[in-house]
Amino acid sequence: MPCVSPDGKPTSSGMALLESLKDAALSPNEISAKAGQPLFRVRSGLRELKDAGFVEEEDGKFKLSKSGRLLVE
Amino acid sequence: MKISEVAEEMGLPVLGGRAPEFEAVTTQGTLRLSDFEGTWLVLFSHPADFTPVCTTEFMAFCEIYDELKKRNTELLGLSVDSVSSHIAWIRNVEEKMGVKIPFPIIADLNKEVAKKYGMIHPEQSKTETVRCVFVIDPESKIRAMVYYPLTTGRNMGEILRLIDALQTTDKHKVATPANWNPGDPVVVPPPATAEQAEERLKEGYECKDWYLCLKKL
Repeated sequence: MPCVSPDGKPTSSGMALLESLKDAALSPNEISAKAGQPLFRVRSGLRELKDAGFVEEEDGKFKLSKSGRLLVE
Repeated sequence: MKISEVAEEMGLPVLGGRAPEFEAVTTQGTLRLSDFEGTWLVLFSHPADFTPVCTTEFMAFCEIYDELKKRNTELLGLSVDSVSSHIAWIRNVEEKMGVKIPFPIIADLNKEVAKKYGMIHPEQSKTETVRCVFVIDPESKIRAMVYYPLTTGRNMGEILRLIDALQTTDKHKVATPANWNPGDPVVVPPPATAEQAEERLKEGYECKDWYLCLKKL
């Protein structure tokens, strides 16, 4: 499902991915297992969330950006 | 020039070749082929939304969806329709037929993906995709291709059987005979030398002759 709505806010699917990153940086495979979403959907969702500035990628792992953390805390 | 070279030169997929990459708008957001790496993928096309045979096929794909998931396999549909049309159709199928479509469908309005995969056969229709099935493995290689005409709905049991056969071949380095189903004996690869042929008959397989030997897994 699209993870960022046209108004720039995360959708419920997007929020589920952000929630899964609350405690640690994770790889797409780890997020898929934690969030219970298919890997293809996690990968496309992370791409959208990264483009929107809610997550950052480092060495194949994703972590919350400042704006992403503000949303989940 | 070999047929596979001609096909590759035209940009069409060939068995064993890399599946053409794409980025496409779907009912579940923008997806790339590479998003499916690590899982098997059944990429299939249908002629059009709100048509009778396609509706029966979509309901049938839903029936095998859980079985596909057990085989680490995802489904991805495609037609030359807009995403709004897809959304309206899947909502209609859920409302009228009671079947929820859980997998994404590509809205290939500009035929970009359809052309890459050779899904449009002008003798069938110049504007619609025929009923194609591409089985793509976790390394994004094309492992099987099936083409059906507009008039003929696909057999879901055969799609499952095909995936079972491919996964069995990969796991056990064997081939599968005609009408094979999981649990049936498999074909041992034929010997490559006269010496191996001589030895083959002593190896304890169920052999009709040196070149046709079966074994139970």
